[in-house]
Parts: sequence; C-alpha cells; structure tokens
Amino acid sequence: MSDLSTRLDTPARIQVFKTYKLYVGGKFPRSESGRVYEVTDAKGQWLANAPLGTRKDTRDAVLAARAAVKGWSGTTAYNRGQVLYRVAEMLQGRREQFAAEVAAAEGLGGKKAGALVDQAIDRWVWYAGWTDKVAQIAGAANPVAGPFFNLSVPEPTGVVGIVAPQTGYGHSFLGLVSVLAPVIATGNTAVVAAAADAPLPALSLGEVLATSDVPGGVVNVISGRTADIAPTLASHQDVNALDLTGAIAADGPGTATALEELAADTLKRVLRPAVDPAAQDWTNAPGTDRLLSFLETKTVWHPMGQ
Amino acid sequence: MAKNKNAAEPVRKSGLFEYAPAPESPAAAGDIATSYGHFINGEFTDSSGSEALKTVNPATEQVLAEFAQGTDEDVDRAVKAARKAFADWSALPGSERAKYLFRIARIVQERSRELAVLESIDNGKPIKETRDFDLPMVAAHFFYYAGWADKLDFAGFGAAPKPLGVAGQVIPWNFPLMMLAWKIAPALATGNTVVLKPAETTPLTALRFAEICRQAGLPKGVVNIVTGDGRTGAALTAHPDVNKVAFTGSTPVGRAIAKQLAGTRKKLSLELGGKAANIVFDDAPIDQAVEGIVNGIFFNQGHVCCAGSRLLVQESIQDELLDALKRRMATLRVGDPLDKNTDIGAINSAAQLARITELTAHGEAEGAERWSPECELPSTGYWFRPTLFTGVSQAHRIAQEEVFGPVLSVLTFRTPAEALEKANNTPFGLSAGIWTEKGSRILWMADRLKAGVVWANTFNKFDPTSPFGGYKESGYGREGGRHGLEAYLDV
Repeated sequence: MSDLSTRLDTPARIQVFKTYKLYVGGKFPRSESGRVYEVTDAKGQWLANAPLGTRKDTRDAVLAARAAVKGWSGTTAYNRGQVLYRVAEMLQGRREQFAAEVAAAEGLGGKKAGALVDQAIDRWVWYAGWTDKVAQIAGAANPVAGPFFNLSVPEPTGVVGIVAPQTGYGHSFLGLVSVLAPVIATGNTAVVAAAADAPLPALSLGEVLATSDVPGGVVNVISGRTADIAPTLASHQDVNALDLTGAIAADGPGTATALEELAADTLKRVLRPAVDPAAQDWTNAPGTDRLLSFLETKTVWHPMGQ
Repeated sequence: MAKNKNAAEPVRKSGLFEYAPAPESPAAAGDIATSYGHFINGEFTDSSGSEALKTVNPATEQVLAEFAQGTDEDVDRAVKAARKAFADWSALPGSERAKYLFRIARIVQERSRELAVLESIDNGKPIKETRDFDLPMVAAHFFYYAGWADKLDFAGFGAAPKPLGVAGQVIPWNFPLMMLAWKIAPALATGNTVVLKPAETTPLTALRFAEICRQAGLPKGVVNIVTGDGRTGAALTAHPDVNKVAFTGSTPVGRAIAKQLAGTRKKLSLELGGKAANIVFDDAPIDQAVEGIVNGIFFNQGHVCCAGSRLLVQESIQDELLDALKRRMATLRVGDPLDKNTDIGAINSAAQLARITELTAHGEAEGAERWSPECELPSTGYWFRPTLFTGVSQAHRIAQEEVFGPVLSVLTFRTPAEALEKANNTPFGLSAGIWTEKGSRILWMADRLKAGVVWANTFNKFDPTSPFGGYKESGYGREGGRHGLEAYLDV
C-alpha cells in the first residue's frame, strides 16, 4: 500500500482510490491514447496511474486555451482577482489532500508538506491582489513632446505554454502555483506540462480550479512525458509564449535549447529556466518578474485639440 | 469650406504647387573619406580582412565611400574593447554617465545640419525628413535617456538594477542614425557598453557618430562601430562574450537570431516587420485622414516597419476617400532628396527597388488594380512612384507581406468587427491606425487591435518617452520610454 493511501485511509475501511485525469477545457478527459503511466513516491512506491498525455492531448489543450483567451482577458481585473482568491479559498478546504500529495511527491514529512501547501494558498492570494494593480506599475502616461495624449498599457500575451517546475524545494505544488498564478493573473490562458515525475498535485489542482469560477480552458493540465508535451507547445502556431522553468532535460527534444529553437519559428516570448533549476527554493518570496514576463505593452496616441 | 472647394479642383493643373528647386548643399555633409575602417576602442582601425564594400548615393548611383567588411576577428576585437571598457563604464556614477550622454545630445544638435545632409545622401531620404524628423529625434533620444542614467533606482526594476554587459546591436538602413540612437542611448544610460553594426547600405552616419563620441570624450571602448553586411552581424550576435543582442530588421533575420541565441543566457530584443492597418471609418475627418494615410505609407518612401501599408476603408466612403487620396498623391513631389521641397526621395538600394518591383508585379498578377500619379522620375538613381492598389483581397501577397516601399493596398469593410478581423489577420503586430470621430469606437478598436502602437486620428508619431515595439511576429521588447530600459537591465 502506498504512502499516500496510508495517510488518507482509516484502518476500518477500504479506501476509494482516485482516477487521476487530465484537465482540458474545464473537463477531465482521460488521455486520447488510453494510456497511463505509473507515478511513484520519492521512495519508489506506487501512488497512482496518471494519464500519459500525448501530442494530440496537448494540441486539444491549446485549442481550449485559445478559445478561453477572449473571455478571460476580457474580464475585469477586479473580477479576475476575485476568481484567483476563490482558488485560494477552495485550496484551503483541501489542504490536507494536497499536503499528502506533496509529501509523497517530494519525500517530505507532513509538517513540511503542509507548510508548502499553506504557502501555495498564500501565493494565490498574493497574485489575486495583483490583478488590478499590475497595469498601474507596468503602464505609463508618456509625456511626449507634442499635443498628444499618449498612454501605454500592458495586455496579456495570449496562450502561454508552461513547462512546470520539476526540481527545487516545493516544486511539485508551490513551484507549480508560483509559475501558473502570475500567468493567469494578467489575463493569459495556460497549458501546463505537469512535472513528469510528480504530476499528481498538478492534476488535483485542476479539480480545485474547476470549482473556483476559473472558466474552462483558462488552465489546462497535461501529464505525461515532457519530451512529448513541451515540444508540441514550443512549435504550436497558436501558442504565444513559453515558460521553460521545468525544461531540465539534458538531451533529446525536451531540452531548453531545443524548445527555444522551436519557439523561435513563431517568435514566441520565452522565459528561460534558471541557471541551476535544482537549486531553486520555491518558498522564496516572488517578485514581479513573472507577472511582467507575459505582457505586451500597447501604446495609444491621440491628438489633443479643439 | 474654402479648403473643400480647392480640394475638389485639379489643383495640380492650376500651377499652385509648382515650386522652384530649393537644393540643400551636398557640401554641408562635410568630408566623406574615400574609405573607412571600423571604430574600435576609440580609434578608427583597419579591418583584419581585405574585403571592402561600397556605399552609394541611391539618388545618383555614385559611390560615396568604401568601408570595411567586418571579419570575425574584427568583431572579436570590438567585443574585447567593449568588455574591457565595461568595468569602468558600469562603475561610473549614473550622474557622470548622464553627462556624457547629454554631451552627445548637444553635439548632435550642433552638427545636425551636417548629419542631416549626410544621412540624406547615404540613405536617399528627403532632406526635409532628416532635418525635421530624424536628427531632432536622435538628439531627443540621447537627451531623454541621459536623464535616466542616474535615476535607475526609481525606474521600477528594483533598487540598483544591473547592466547586462556588452550589447551587440544590429540596425537597419531605413533610419540609420535614429536607429543608432534608439539602441545606443538606453544601453549607455544603463551602464552597458556596445558594439554596433550599421546596415551595409548606410554606414556613413554611424561612422560620423564615432567622431561625435570622440568629441564628447566618451571613454574608449564604450561605443564601437563595426561595419559590414549580414555576415558581420551574425558574427556579432553569435559572439560568446556578448550579453545582450538588440536587432531591428526583417522578421526572417529576427527568427534566425532568436534561434541562434537559444540555449544561451543572452538577452534579446527584436523589432521586426509590420503590415499595419490604417482603418478609416465613415465618420472620419476625410482631409485629416488623407494626410494621415499619405504620411502613413509615403513617409520615408514607405521604408518604415510600422508603415500604414494596408488601408482599410469603410465601404460607404470608399469612393470619396480614394478620390481625395488620389488628388493628394498627385501633389507628392518625387525626386532629388536634397531638394527641400521633395516629399518622396530615392529607394534605398537597387535590391530594395527590385523587391518592391517584384511584389507590385505580383499585386497586378493577382488581380489588384494599380494606380500611380503621373510624375517624372530622374533618369539615374533608384525611384518608385507612389502606388495604390485597390481591389486587394486578404490573401494577396501585397496584403500579407511587407513591401517596405511607397505602396498602399486598399481593402474595404462594413462593420467595426470586420475591420478588426481584417486588421488583426496578419502574423505581424507592430502598429495600427484608427480614423473616426467617435471616441468610444477608438477605445473599443484600440483595445482589440493586436499591435504595439496604435495611432488614433494620427499616424507615424514617435517620441523618446513613448514605448515602441511589436506584438506577435513583429518582435519583442520595447524601445523608448521607461519600458525601453528593461531591455538593457538584468531584471
């Protein structure tokens, strides 16, 4: 019996296992391949069978993310802030479940895992507060030398492909939230390639999002081989930006270099992985850099006169 | 009313716009050497190679000067000089760096007539534009970023933001000195040192700028100029000791640079092609819109990445607008760039003329209707008449590809939603124009256009304080304003 089920079980009854599924367009499909792969805890004990998401699953997710752009980017910043806060509320109620999943995924004790989930909840709250402030720090009224009204405003880039963190302390959930929340806070939609070895917290997050007023398609989560999912995102014509935080493969099609090369074909905005991704501590307080990474500045001119 | 009455008549025949020549003196450009080397570590030096390129006056086809084709070794020498200079330059208090930039701004102002004439001769653009647009903008850009050098703590990138190191900068031929200013001013203000490669058809003002750096007493190696064609540019962007690459030019080259930099830690900003829609609604002030359309596509011979090369006109006013536009186009004076009355100068190069000629031939072959006003063109030099295509569909090459010449494609629409759909139907996203008297419609359109710069009831306006740059395949990063600092800071 796995660590995860031990924690959640009571001796008196047989526990109901959960079938982990993808999260695409607000729904929970199995992989179109019909295939799964074994997810184990840090000690190699079986935890669950996760869907082995394919290139096709990834393309479906991009379609869903694209369809959601208009609605999500068009909501008011105030409304987006409330939706993100709602995610924190929902997560709070499922703290213990996520603590167990994080403990199993990262081989941590219950106390440490619980603290990481608490921080993840707080991070949603932090980004919820940013939605209606980011335009004021990233925008500008520009004093041009002429009789013109001139205003710069930040706008979401569009669909962002995220290779979720696969290393660093707290990567499996706090790391995921730390890269995902800023992307959607600013009105982008996302397709997340979940950490291949630790996808369960990401897949469970889909269940939280689905009950948090986040419109379907705004966040899509695909589990499976990073080498399948990430290159599909990097080469997709309808993905506007790429967060390569978790692109840590040493060789093959999933390396950060290979993905950045693919992204260059459509001039995607690329956020590169850290110099040493394994040394990242996701408990560190975030700055505004991720929030500002997936924004476009639009400058509007109009003459002034009578 | 009187204005409308005039506009209704064939003014050209009245002789109202007959002008005597008003030539600027080519001698005002100062001495042009017969051959130039690179400017490295504060000195003009010969190339390690023997290959030389020639820059010609596109209005006369006469060779102005020879200049060096930069080799890998030349680039390496320049990067080494910039690296060596970086330690002291970045350690200099911002207030001191600022004073160097203020000096440069002032010297540019002092020498602006000389630089304007030199730019016109080397590039082919009208003296009216170099004098009244390019040069004032160059000085203003240095002046603006000079002021930032000691205020970076307050720019919103955290306390004491750090420069990146050596910036490799590759610029195009359409606004040679202005593009240099857009690249060098923010790089120096933030404490970086630079190696800049001007375009191979317009190296002269960059080389003259090297003299200005010397007059300003700029420390050696802070600014290095290496000339040459795309091979030199590729050597510069590939150099392992360059920390930052800034490129303005075509989307295919931008794509290649992005690919080249994949897997490195070099920071990249790209300002690439465009196919801007200039959208005219039925309630627009027609005379102003016509001026805006003309400025949008014929400014600088249409060699403008943000040119309004697609005119989207509401169907109900198509005839009225096109009649007015044709009347206005008939008054454009094409010819000697040094004549102060010239509106449209020479096409920058034979290669660019060939590209414009090829794409416009496609336009006709694909069924669009071509129109140009009658005008005499000089017998030597590279020239192209201001050209209008009507009956253009969205699939036509002249509606999709950047022509980079004085060629306007006209499409029509019925509703704002259709205008928006057509305007955004391009992989580019650099700029757009909106002409309407209805404020809410301007804001509705501006909100939905996928473009980095939106001009409403105006077009082709620029300012050092105003961020410029594109969405989608028009590149990333911004130049100008507070936003322009980010491209040169480690944030």
